[in-house]
Parts: sequence; structure tokens; C-alpha cells
Amino acid sequence: MTRRQLLSRSVALGATFVVGAGFVAAPNAAWAMETVALKPATMATLIQMARDIYPHDRIADEFYAIAVKGYDTAEAAAEIEAGIAALDAAAVGAGHPSYLGTGWERDRVDILRGMEQSAFFQKIRGGLVTGLYNQKAVWPLFGYEGESFSQGGYIERGFDDINWL
Amino acid sequence: MVAKFELTDASVVVIIGTGAGGGTLANELAQKGVKVVALEAGGRYLPEDYLNDEWDSFGQLAWLDARSTSGDWRVAKDFSGLPAWIVKAVGGTTTHWAGASLRFQDHEWKALTNYGPVQGANLLDWPIDGAEMAPWYDKAEEKMGVTRTGDRPGLPGNNNYKVFEKGALALGYKDVHTGRMAIQSTDAGNRIACQQTGFCFQGCKWGAKWSTAYTEIPDGEATGNLEVRERAMALKIEHDASGKVTGVLYADKDGNQVVQKARIVCVAGNTIESPRLLLNSASDMFPDGLANSSGQVGRNYMRHVTGSVYGVFDKPVKMWRGTTMAGIVQDEAGHNPERGFVGGYELETLALGLPFMAAFLDPGAWGREFTTALDSYENMAGMWIVGEDMPQETNRVTLNMDVKDQFGLPTPNVHFDDHPNDVAMRNHAYERGMAMYKAVGATRVLPTPPYPSTHNLGTNRMSENPRDGVVNKWGQTHDVPNLFVSDGSQFTTGAAENPTLTIVALAIRQADHIAREMAAGTI
Ligand SMILES: Cc1cc2nc3c(=O)[nH]c(=O)nc-3n(C[C@H](O)[C@H](O)[C@H](O)COP(=O)(O)OP(=O)(O)OC[C@H]3O[C@@H](n4cnc5c(N)ncnc54)[C@H](O)[C@@H]3O)c2cc1C
Ligand code: SF4
Repeated sequence: MTRRQLLSRSVALGATFVVGAGFVAAPNAAWAMETVALKPATMATLIQMARDIYPHDRIADEFYAIAVKGYDTAEAAAEIEAGIAALDAAAVGAGHPSYLGTGWERDRVDILRGMEQSAFFQKIRGGLVTGLYNQKAVWPLFGYEGESFSQGGYIERGFDDINWL
Repeated sequence: MVAKFELTDASVVVIIGTGAGGGTLANELAQKGVKVVALEAGGRYLPEDYLNDEWDSFGQLAWLDARSTSGDWRVAKDFSGLPAWIVKAVGGTTTHWAGASLRFQDHEWKALTNYGPVQGANLLDWPIDGAEMAPWYDKAEEKMGVTRTGDRPGLPGNNNYKVFEKGALALGYKDVHTGRMAIQSTDAGNRIACQQTGFCFQGCKWGAKWSTAYTEIPDGEATGNLEVRERAMALKIEHDASGKVTGVLYADKDGNQVVQKARIVCVAGNTIESPRLLLNSASDMFPDGLANSSGQVGRNYMRHVTGSVYGVFDKPVKMWRGTTMAGIVQDEAGHNPERGFVGGYELETLALGLPFMAAFLDPGAWGREFTTALDSYENMAGMWIVGEDMPQETNRVTLNMDVKDQFGLPTPNVHFDDHPNDVAMRNHAYERGMAMYKAVGATRVLPTPPYPSTHNLGTNRMSENPRDGVVNKWGQTHDVPNLFVSDGSQFTTGAAENPTLTIVALAIRQADHIAREMAAGTI
């Protein structure tokens, strides 16, 4: 799909995502993800929820999407749809149109705090600890260098190069 | 030439576990000509197999069989199925360990005498002391190549150490250095010097760090007296009508349950599995478990007073580069009750990679307070607290009858409540650690809760009087003369020091005793 085709087949969902039949994407089509078992709007909300749990402004949505992609299966779908429906209901109860339609992070975090003890929230949060932070592609954004054996360790690559002390 | 012994060979010594205690004992006995069968639940992984990746390595090496937790420690809430971070592999937890190798201080061998009774604590003096142990420590340091002992130089300090050292000196600490480490600081023998790769916890791919997996075990095998059976899980120790042990029932790598006959059995499965095996070996003659006439098997579980402090700075540190445990402050290790607690603690540098930092910095936390700390990961320095915790009878490993393992056996439950002395010590150490980093200009300090236990001690304690503990001063059980305990579960008290050097020294000494008594025909 080209960028133009993708955008022509999608509708905006909040300010952050566009969704179409079987996919969710960035408004500028920088990335897109197909969904098989979850409704695209559910996946979009889940991605936003993931960011609100572990917000890193320098990490693109794509990585949060990868972190929760594993829930897009026939087995997981019912629980995720129900959890996201509850999240949207909580947003509506707080006077917002939906979770994704809640403009300020502060308000979304309040909604999440209200459901912090739920099994659904804990499952999503717990899964993100590895789903997000164990993605090798995000490590450089934190400065972490990962594997070093193949490069001979740091003995000649700055294990003691601190210069500001 | 690797030995191969018959299951029916009742002349062998069977050792259960090949970690710090079991692996050392196996080699030492084999060197003395004693025939040994070592049963190891895990597989064999060598430096070429180790992975420079925290979670992949954890999946490769960690002990993940079902366990449960209870008590007021935070681990029971955050990691309810993972009370301890230990290894299931040939070499045991010496694959994961960081290498800090410290002797006990003399007063720590006699905690009850020197601290006096502490309410709620089951303090006891060891039946041995520093003078007795000194020659065995010498041998252990030589075997392991401990830096700053003998003529071995210290390791160079990495970035994490330099921040730590500057903070320590700013606070007036004097006993500050790059540690006594079982890591080569020079090329020696067939081990090369540390290459500062920074994955000490994941198995040293250079073999610079001592691990029984690639030192003791192959050395023992080369004698032709040691057979290591990997993926062999000991299930029950058997005994005869006279109360002597006769062999070990185990599940072999193909899942068959067989019995290896034995003249002597040595249990070295680490502090959770060792008492579990004794409890699971209960019989009509020993209804409360083997060697448990004192009722102390599984009790007095200790894990050291631990915790971490991370400091965030305005400039990069890159703490993950180089040795994980790169230095130490020892000034707080003494016994100074005016600080509000008995015993002391060490401060040691520590670094986690980003994946483990996310999991362990503040388990369960979320939101910007947490993520802004991780955003500064590159600018963090880290240290770990290790101090003496109080043995308590109620902190214990018991059998969980409701949860069975893959062999149908009850699994271990680990119950732990902090003693008020532990809490006071941890708070003192947090305050000192935070002050160190602030003295170097930290913009934020993070007093991080204890991880799942890496130091597991005390559940088959050594005692002079059979009423007070499970084993005597040789690690021989008070109740069964040909049954020994050879790992950290023998510890009467924990002292402030990382335990492995002492486990190894005790194993060398025990091997000497066993070989002598076997030759004399007394066991
Ligand atoms: C991340 C980390 C860092 C550490 N750093 C340090 C340090 O710097 N300094 C220090 O002194 N200590 C350190 N330690 C602690 C050190 O590793 C342990 O104290 C030491 O390895 C314990 O020795 P052990 O013989 O009691 O048990 P282990 O070394 O754990 O060996 C026990 C072995 O028994 C096997 N086993 C258990 N049950 C059975 C069974 N039923 N049948 C067959 N086999 C069985 C296990 O698979 C294992 O291989 C660290 C530990 C960790 C996890
Ligand atoms: S830092 Fe040194 S001891 Fe640690 S794993 Fe690397 S080479 Fe081995």
C-alpha cells in the first residue's frame, strides 16, 4: 500500500492515529500495523494506553505498537476488547468522548489510576516491561549499547572514559 | 578421561549440585582420588554458549521451576513466583555471580557473642572461627584468582566505579577500592584478563571470571575420578534401617527415575533446594525430613540486607561498560551499634542493562516518575547494598503441598519478613549511598528495593549443639553421619560479605575432612 492509498482508506481516530479496515497507522503514514483479531480502534487505544503507562517522548508510537502487537490474537482478543471497552467507559464516565479522545495525558493517567488494580491493567503493564524495553531497536534511544563481546568488550572502547568528574 | 560409574557402585560420593559448593567439592575430592558422581539438574553451558543479553541469558540459565513466596518482603508481591535469582546449570550460580570475594571479619563468626541476643533473631555463633578458616580462605583465593590477594593486582576502575569512588572519598570513606574479585586482572593459567565487556551476570564469555563450570568441573573430570551427570534432578535421598544414607533417587536427562548408590551423599543445591530435598526425603524413620531432628531444616533463611541506589547525573556515566561489580566501600562493614543496628554492610558498584533496569528499578511502577528515570539511563551510576541480616526461625523454606513440580513433588515456599534490624540497616545504607551520589552532583537519587534473592543462606545451619542446627563444623549432618551439606545453606549467620568465597573455602575444607575420614574408614 502506498502512503496515499493508505491515507485514502482510513479515518482519523483522535489526533494520534488513523484506522482503516484491518489496520492502524500514524496520521503521516510513517508506520502502519495490520490487525487480525482486534478491532483497529481497539489496537489504537491500546497503543495509546501503552504510551501513557510508560511515556517516553523520544520513542515513536511504532515501538509501542510492536510492544502490544502480541495481544492481536484470537485467544487474547476477547479480554483485550473488554478491557479497552472498560477503559473507554471510564473515559466517558469522566466526561470525555473516549479514551483516545481525552486530550491531556494527565486526564488519561487519572483514568488509568482508577483501573490500576484491575487484572487487565496489570497484564498490559507487566507485558510492556519486556515488550517495550527488551526491543533492541529502542535501546539506542536510551544510550544503551547492548551486546559487547563481539566488539571485544570495552577494554579499548571507553570503559573508563568518563571526563567530567 | 571422564569417569563413568555404575548406578550400583556404592563406593562413590554423590554430590547434588555443581555450583560454588558442589562444584568445588567435586573437584577437590576427585583431586584426592575419591570417586565422585555429581548430579546436576541443569544443562552444561560454557563461555561460547553464554549470551550478552539479559533476558535471553536469564531464559538460558535461571532456575525457573515452580516456587512460591510469602511474608512482608516486597519480592513476594512483585515476583511472587521468583523468590531467588539463581541458576540451574553445571556451575550453578557461579555462572551468574559477579565475583566479589570477601572474607568474613573475625567478629562475624561469633555473632551471638559479639552482638548479644537480638529480640526476634535466632543468632548463634559458628562452631568455627577466623583463625580456623584462614588457611582455607588462602586456598580459595588462590584457586579463584582473587584480585588484591596474593600478588594479584586489582582490576582497573570503570566509569561506574569512578563516580562511586569520588562520592565515597567526598564523604570521608577510606576503605575504597576496586574490590577483591574472582576475576583475572592479568592473563594467568588458562584464564585471560577481564575485557570489561560488562555482562558478568550473564556468564563471562571470556572466562576471565571464576566459575566452577569451566574451572573446577573440567579439572575434576580430567582426573578420571569425577562423573558429572547433567539434567539429573535429585528427588529423594534414600537410607537404610541403621539411618545411614545409601543413595539418591533422581530423574535422569531422559526422564527415567533411577537410584545412584552412594557411600556418602553431599547436598549442594543452594539454600532453597537443599532443605527442600531433605524435607522431601522424609520417611517412617525420619518423619519430619532427613537430618531434621532439630526442626531447623528450612529455617533461618537469610538473603542479606540488600537494596540498590542509583544516582542520575547531568552527564553520561555509561555504567554498563566494564565489570558489573567494579568497586567497594568497606567503611560501614564493621559492627557499630551506635548506628542503630547490629552488624554491618558493604557498598559495591552494580550496573544493570536497560531491560533489567526497567524490570527492577521500581517493580510495578509506571508513569512519568518512572520513565523519566529511565530516560536518564545513560547518565546513571549504580551501587548495591549487601549487609548482615538477622536469622529468624520463621523465615523459612517449607514444602508447598498445593503446588507440585514436573516430577509430582511438593515445591518450595519461601517465607521472609524483614527484621527491624534489617530495616534499620537498609535505611542507613540508602542514606549513605544517596549522600555519596549527591556529593558528586547527582540531580536525582533512587533508593531501589531488593531484587529476588541472589544470596541465599542458612536453611541447614551449622551448630555446635545438634539441638540448634542441622550440620556440625564439617558440614556433616548431626543426625546422619554419611550425609553432608556443602553449600550456602550451612551458614549459621550471614555476615556482611558476599558469601561465595566462604562457601568455596568451606567446601575445600570439607573435602579434606571427607577424604581423611574415608581413608580412616570412619565414614
Ligand atoms: C546475579 C548474581 C550475582 C552474584 N554475585 C556474587 C558476588 O559477587 N559474590 C558472591 O560471593 N556471591 C555472588 N552471588 C551469589 C553466588 O552466586 C552464590 O552464593 C553461590 O553460587 C551459591 O553457591 P551454592 O553452591 O550454594 O549454590 P549454586 O551455585 O546455586 O549451585 C547449586 C546447584 O545445584 C543444582 N541443584 C539444585 N537442586 C538440585 C537437585 N535437586 N538435583 C540436582 N541439582 C540440583 C542447581 O541447578 C545449581 O547448579 C551472586 C548471585 C547472583 C544470582
Ligand atoms: S566484565 Fe570482565 S569479568 Fe565481567 S563478563 Fe566481561 S570479561 Fe568477564
